[in-house]
Amino acid sequence: MNRQTADHATLADKFNQDEARVNWHDETLWWVRAKRDRIAWSIPEWEALRDTASRIKVNALGNLHDYLLQFEEQATRNGAVVHWAADAEEHNRIVTDILKKHGVQRIVKSKSMLTEECHLNPYLAANGIEVIDTDLGERIVQLAKEPPSHIVLPCIHKKKEEIGELFHEHLGTPAGNADPKFLTAAARQHLRKEFLQADAAITGVNFAVAETGEMVVCTNEGNADMGAHLATVHIACMGIEKIIPERKHLGVFLRLLARSATGQPITTYSSHFRQPRAGQELHIVLVDNGRSRQLGREDFRNSLKCIRCGACMNTCPVYRRSGGHSYHTAVAGPIGAILAPNLDMKDYADLPFASTLCGSCSNVCPVKIDIHQQLYKWRQVLVKEGHTTAAKTASMKIMSGVLSAPRTYKTAGKMGRWVMRAFPGMVNNRMNPWYKQREMPAPPAQSFSQWYEKNKKSS
Amino acid sequence: MKVGLFIPCYIDQFYPQVGIATLQLLQKLGCEVEYPQGQTCCGQPMANSGYEHLTHQCNTLFIKNFADYDYIVGPSGSCVLHIKDHLHDPAAEEKATGIRQRIYELTEFLTDVLKVTSLPARFPCKVGLHQSCHGQRGLALAQMSELVAPPFSKPEQLLRMVEGVELVPLDRQDECCGFGGTFCVTEEAVSVKMGKDRVADHVKHGAEVITGTDVSCLMHIEGILRRQHAGVKVMHIAEILNQNIHEQANS
Repeated sequence: MNRQTADHATLADKFNQDEARVNWHDETLWWVRAKRDRIAWSIPEWEALRDTASRIKVNALGNLHDYLLQFEEQATRNGAVVHWAADAEEHNRIVTDILKKHGVQRIVKSKSMLTEECHLNPYLAANGIEVIDTDLGERIVQLAKEPPSHIVLPCIHKKKEEIGELFHEHLGTPAGNADPKFLTAAARQHLRKEFLQADAAITGVNFAVAETGEMVVCTNEGNADMGAHLATVHIACMGIEKIIPERKHLGVFLRLLARSATGQPITTYSSHFRQPRAGQELHIVLVDNGRSRQLGREDFRNSLKCIRCGACMNTCPVYRRSGGHSYHTAVAGPIGAILAPNLDMKDYADLPFASTLCGSCSNVCPVKIDIHQQLYKWRQVLVKEGHTTAAKTASMKIMSGVLSAPRTYKTAGKMGRWVMRAFPGMVNNRMNPWYKQREMPAPPAQSFSQWYEKNKKSS
Repeated sequence: MKVGLFIPCYIDQFYPQVGIATLQLLQKLGCEVEYPQGQTCCGQPMANSGYEHLTHQCNTLFIKNFADYDYIVGPSGSCVLHIKDHLHDPAAEEKATGIRQRIYELTEFLTDVLKVTSLPARFPCKVGLHQSCHGQRGLALAQMSELVAPPFSKPEQLLRMVEGVELVPLDRQDECCGFGGTFCVTEEAVSVKMGKDRVADHVKHGAEVITGTDVSCLMHIEGILRRQHAGVKVMHIAEILNQNIHEQANS
């Protein structure tokens, strides 16, 4: 497991060294946001739909224990084998055991952010099992030996020319060919072979219906279907929060998911997996990995409503200008910044601060997670738990002291402005991060309060 | 109607003209306005940095200064939102609740409480309106581009009352400028890039003045404009709405 040591600000600073690339990244994702806006506006009941989705999820989370047991019972009745994993380690072990039992050495995997979260690929590799990611974007980052930078658009940080080079190197396409159609066709040829050879398929799960024990997997490429229908072993891995109570609720979520994610009316494939076909084994791994803990945190509970559409990333002005990798976690962007500290406060203490709290994320969220409010609340928790620096605490205490005493505040303000006027070099220097690319405000001779004192009678 | 004028610390120290314009505008519109001299800051810089527990004394001070007014009005959506969301004091919770309910950002006070329908102001200029996030999304001063809902904008409604103001359209009507409190220094690279992109949108559409309801965002935008020697001015909305009054006072 590769833990990056640099924090978001450092990685974002690096990303910003190439401004033209930042512009391209920002505009690409803004284009997706704009597409989402247009299709949302095509549905007059959009806000009511979001509200309904939010309520269904609140119910699901509030009764998760019962719905999970109901799902297990139904799925087992349908012929699936249900496994429970308390954490990432147990999830990886369960998957490996199933594969080893069948002597599997090569598997195909459609997109699953859960397996990214659990770092399944390196775990399987260490056990001698080769994983081929079959989502085109995921295959691209896999060839590049990089993690996905976005949960829906895993290789959105890569330009088509870079993908052309990768394919030239790994799939033998002609050098210099960066035509998306050509490259996609080459990927299809390559992946078809993998689908046919694979002994087992792993898929993610978008929705698991407690009522029927079925799972719905949404893809645009049909790669989950190709994998699951060809392999003799299908393993579906899901976080326990993917449960929805009834089948009819899909009518709400499927309308919201693709519209929010990419601005499409619906994903090309919304495939229902209910029972294994004759001769096939279907395994479902239900993974907790910190979700129960998050469910117990009242302020952060409803982060588990997330349906992984990525709309908060596309709209986030910080994400668009810092790139997914700057979040150094499987799920980047605003939603990642409220999920990650639950997994490890120390490693992800920087993420809730990688935001201006502008609130756009909460507004696009199809299940109405109050993301920016939770960012604020995580900041309070992280500081209280000691995940801050002594220097920051000291400066905050000084600031609080000055601002709590009107006379001290007035004197400090007067002196500060005088210093800025008399010795501009004291603040206009390289030590001041504000001044690096911005001018300081011009300090006036008198404050408003001084002006008011002199003028209040005549005004 | 007795109005307590809330002038946030950085406006007090660096942008006194915004406080003056706010005061004169409210007086012109018939309000009895007082500025309590003991005020400092709403506590937001600490709270947004994760130190809300250090804002207790700021809260006590705020309550002491403003509890007795019919309305509390400030020219900053962000600071007003902070008070609305976070002003508490176990020793004076009733007073705190009263303040949270009676505090207004300047433009919403003009449109919703004073119900202003015309202003004797003139400002012949191409103006770009920066929608500050805390005012817009937090206080709902304007419709948000993410939501499927009918359009409205309280700041725009007021600017349209000013003779000569020509509002320029923007490619991104409500994207954040990247100020974000301490974010502007802790995430310097992204903060500046966001600011540069906002500025470029206004400049591209011919804005001569960029205005808004939050001086914090405008201070950041101004810092970038001045570094670029862009020649575009920055003014708080109170200064524009108060234009005519200002000229009369000088003549």
